[in-house]
Amino acid sequence: MTSRRHISATVNGDPVEFLSEAGTTLLDALRDELGLTGSKEGCGSGDCGACSVIVDGRLICSCLMLAAEAEGRRIETIEGMADGSTLHPLQRKFLEHAALQCGFCTPGLLVAAKALLDANPDPSESETRYWLAGNLCRCTGYDKVIRAVMDAAAELRQARV
Amino acid sequence: MSQIAYLAPTSADEAAAALIKGGATARVLSGGTDLLVQLRAGRLAPGLIVDVKRVPGAIGIRQEDGGFVIGASTPGMTIGEHAALEKAWPGVVEAVMLIGSTQIQGRASIAGNLCNASPAADSAPALIAARATCVIVGPSGRREAPVEAIGIAPGRTSLAKGEFVLEIRLPPRAARSADAYLRSIPRTEMDIAVVGAGVNLTLDADGVIADARVALGAVGPTVALAPDAGAAIIGTRLDEAALARLDDAARSACQPISDKRGTVDFRTKIAGVLARRAAAIAYGRARGRA
Amino acid sequence: MSEVMDRPQTLNLKVVGTRPIRPDGADKVTGKATFGADFSMPGMLVGKIKRSPHAHARIVSIDTKKALALAGVKAVITAADFPDLASEEYEAGESAANLRDLALNCMARGKVLYDGHAVAAVAATSSSIADAALALITVTYDVLPHVIDVEAAMEAGAPVLHAHLFTEGLETKPDRPSNIAKRNELMRGDLEAGFAQAEVTVEGRYTTAAVHQGYIEPHACVAAFAPDGQCQVWSSSQGQFMVRTYCAKILGLEASNIRVTPTEIGGGFGGKTTVYLEPLALALSRQSGAPVKMVMTREEVFRATGPTSGAVIEVKLGAKRDGAITAARVVLKYQAGAFPGSPVGAGSMTALACYDVPNFSVTGFDVVTNSPKVAAYRAPGAPISAFGVESAMDDLARELGMDPIALRRKNAVRDGVKAAYGPTFRNIGYLETLEAIADHPHYKAPLGPNQGRGVAVGFWFNVGGESTAAVQVGEDGSAVVVTGNPDIGGSRASMAMMAAEVLGLPIEKVRPIVADTASIGFSMLTGGSRTTFATGMAVTQAAQKIVVDLKRRAAQIWDVPVEQVDWINGAAVCLDAAKADKGDLTLAALAAQSARTGGPIGAQVSLTAQGAGPGFGAHICDVEVDPETGHVTILRYTAAQDVGRAIHPAYVEGQIQGGVAQGIGWALNEEYVFDSEGRMENAGFLDYRVPVASDLPMIEPIIVEVANPRHPFGAKGVGEVPIVPPLAAVANAVRAAIGVRMTDLPLSPPKIRAVIDAR
Repeated sequence: MTSRRHISATVNGDPVEFLSEAGTTLLDALRDELGLTGSKEGCGSGDCGACSVIVDGRLICSCLMLAAEAEGRRIETIEGMADGSTLHPLQRKFLEHAALQCGFCTPGLLVAAKALLDANPDPSESETRYWLAGNLCRCTGYDKVIRAVMDAAAELRQARV
Repeated sequence: MSQIAYLAPTSADEAAAALIKGGATARVLSGGTDLLVQLRAGRLAPGLIVDVKRVPGAIGIRQEDGGFVIGASTPGMTIGEHAALEKAWPGVVEAVMLIGSTQIQGRASIAGNLCNASPAADSAPALIAARATCVIVGPSGRREAPVEAIGIAPGRTSLAKGEFVLEIRLPPRAARSADAYLRSIPRTEMDIAVVGAGVNLTLDADGVIADARVALGAVGPTVALAPDAGAAIIGTRLDEAALARLDDAARSACQPISDKRGTVDFRTKIAGVLARRAAAIAYGRARGRA
Repeated sequence: MSEVMDRPQTLNLKVVGTRPIRPDGADKVTGKATFGADFSMPGMLVGKIKRSPHAHARIVSIDTKKALALAGVKAVITAADFPDLASEEYEAGESAANLRDLALNCMARGKVLYDGHAVAAVAATSSSIADAALALITVTYDVLPHVIDVEAAMEAGAPVLHAHLFTEGLETKPDRPSNIAKRNELMRGDLEAGFAQAEVTVEGRYTTAAVHQGYIEPHACVAAFAPDGQCQVWSSSQGQFMVRTYCAKILGLEASNIRVTPTEIGGGFGGKTTVYLEPLALALSRQSGAPVKMVMTREEVFRATGPTSGAVIEVKLGAKRDGAITAARVVLKYQAGAFPGSPVGAGSMTALACYDVPNFSVTGFDVVTNSPKVAAYRAPGAPISAFGVESAMDDLARELGMDPIALRRKNAVRDGVKAAYGPTFRNIGYLETLEAIADHPHYKAPLGPNQGRGVAVGFWFNVGGESTAAVQVGEDGSAVVVTGNPDIGGSRASMAMMAAEVLGLPIEKVRPIVADTASIGFSMLTGGSRTTFATGMAVTQAAQKIVVDLKRRAAQIWDVPVEQVDWINGAAVCLDAAKADKGDLTLAALAAQSARTGGPIGAQVSLTAQGAGPGFGAHICDVEVDPETGHVTILRYTAAQDVGRAIHPAYVEGQIQGGVAQGIGWALNEEYVFDSEGRMENAGFLDYRVPVASDLPMIEPIIVEVANPRHPFGAKGVGEVPIVPPLAAVANAVRAAIGVRMTDLPLSPPKIRAVIDAR
């Protein structure tokens, strides 16, 4: 067996520890070691965004980060988005707008959209489309996804006032 | 079964020593957005991965002697958020920001973009046009080299064993000067450049171009300066005739290949188009600063 | 947002036609939904596939000894581990499959027929050991000449893929094998006379590239084979019964011994209407004695799973000056990939389905090539033939100086017209979709320089078929709806809504589930736009049976004749004035007394649904072309479609928008690129180039509702039609923008720049 490395990190606010082989990606560690299967593998090459997570405030593809690099990092995944059983406004708006069909790309899109609204509370349609260009969705044609994100942004802005 | 080891050294010396010790199968991990794809595809089977992001200086942006020093492993997103850098070198920043998706921007670094040594690297034409240099560290200490000296062939760099790029240095911004970068891709995002063109120019007090550098990507084995293209617009106010000469010179500088991303004919023509358009943007920006 | 037109007002509907939150929604937005690769079992092994690097080769030998000897390797299989099946056709729902070919596609025997064809598989205790085991398998090949281009494959001297394949559909039986598996022909009238009457003719030769369905979830499954022969499969597919049948046939097992549980499915679009992994995982599990999980990489998905055909389409149209088409000749040549079975039959039948043409012939060729065996892709075959016919229609309109919508209206099929493919149309909404786009402000909006507008129409049969549904009422009066159709895009919602409507329950009190093959009766797969129609009919009938039963129970409680009981707003109402003081009996009240009125309340219906109403769509597309870079920007897109009745309008709109987006990708950038050795060069999302969010504008759907009288709520299939018109709508818009007809998809920037330079 290859030697496994001990990693300590924070996932969705909780401290976690796991062992991983040196070549293991963060995505595989999340799914296989921590049982967090909400992040999906659609390509393994950073081209589909289904594995999107936020690491130390930065949106990344977890398939393009080694688990070993996660030592000491703060990781946010789809599993941490809702507050208990209360959905995040983005999650709620995705449901209200029917912004998902098969739902496979949805976790990655939601994480990416959250990163967008954290950085830009009032994105234009074009800014939203370009920010989400790394999240492939084959079902929806993006129309309802974009509407849901912009509607959630509007609601979050309202809540801040 | 390949045994991969991972190290995250905290000094340049330690990193260089690890790379030497790792030998031919050691690889530098900067942003990882190319390295992990190659690992996954089985194109690369490294024995050792040396993560250089914890080396002092590898991440961060500072102003120094009127120019900028960018840690070579700084993610694109951080570069895009740096207002002063964006103001001084809009072409460099827009080139870096075109590398992949938002997610890729969260990790991808200039060092990786340059050392992957793809002729289509988006950051390279803008950096070459900008006269950017690389600070390279290794077993024999530090050295500085122009960006155009890094890539020597597709997938091959001039770095010696144990060396890695620690910093990118941009010179002080001259008055009445600006840069721009454009690329052509089939979609609007997420593609590798079929052609890229970076233009950096300086105007004199009368709005005449006094200095111009044009660099082209994806139209030859490496990203390269096109000196004739720059010369074609020096002494002009970028009138129609100058733009036509620029278009000609840019096309003449091309030695592209036909592949799944574009044909020789298309790449050559688009090099001319993008050189013109990027020059127009840079010229407009420079005039705005006059 | 869409506008809803001509909603039949004859029914007072409370749930159908509204937009409730989908019942499986919370799981999907929180990451809890279990897709194929998310399912795991204790002691599970990792299965992986060794694939051919050659497009066409004889397998001389396969040596698996070293792989088997590696520590951690628990099973290695090749074709020798499967029965050598006889040729047998099986009708699976969306398209027929030949079981022998299916087995050979899962695992090559004797010959590999495309780059990526499976030759062996391993199961090991870890992913890295499985990888190492694959590297230790030695396959010796005798490389053969290959052929991928459809017309090259049809030539007499082409490399022959199958020595036993003789062209079907010829008048005399051929004496030599051929890559042309089949020739089919549809004819009406006198073609020559038709062209002789024509005052204007247009002609074109068009090509489309092979494109992939591009679902984001790679194929995945877990299989567990018990020593007594009972086995379980969890997999992401469009039909758990399809998986069961195919696994039983390929492995020689009894269907009842295979229990297949559908996981959530991350997109399919027809591409998951067949099996690739499941039979191999079962065989590996049988050999190893442990559960085996197999998950494809994206590269494997592109190299080895179904794209749809690359094709050549020849079209000639003749018309009178007033626009009346007198004759049409269409020739279709479709790649089938490694085994016969391209969708050229459906392509032929749909080619002229929108038009009432007195004289025509449509000839189709199904051609095997050294590329992955094609799988169904959304309206299989129809977008390809429509690209040719709708491009030619656009040229015809221009030749005639006629508005393209007016030309289509002039020749439109309508109720009572015999369709080009045979049946007589009834209750179709084609003219209504044409009116909808003609009247839409989009059609009159001004265009700028380098911009153009294109119009195209499309047709799909829609499918019925076998479905089972059960509705069970709980003791508190809530209900569970059980079906056997994977929910690929929100069908749980429409199933629950139809049941809620009939039972008079709020949607929140109806919980829909998709059951495994041992828990619900047979259902054909989710495909062909059949689920809301056929399975929805089963759900509705099951709910109606329950209402009949509930009325009987109420009559028993009230001691009145059953004719004196009606079911209104979820409660039994007594029509006998003398007993009106007893009040209504709600479903909850009846459920509470069920023990005394005949036991648990529930019903199951199995049926073969007939009368799926055919669907028509009419689209408008605006583009801008950068004349220097050849780049096309889609500026605006409007798509009208007759859906019969929208059960859940938001998901109907989503189907239309998604189909349009896929069609735009097909038109502009998507294609299989092969190198000179026949290896796919762009087997990844980076260079395959499906549309990203910034490539598209909002896509405006117009829902047209001409009710289907054969469905209880008037529904017709929705999902397939919207991918049919976009290829030509985009090409016609580009034609308008640059003044040159582009005939070869995709309309990538280098091609456009080249024709602009040549104009």
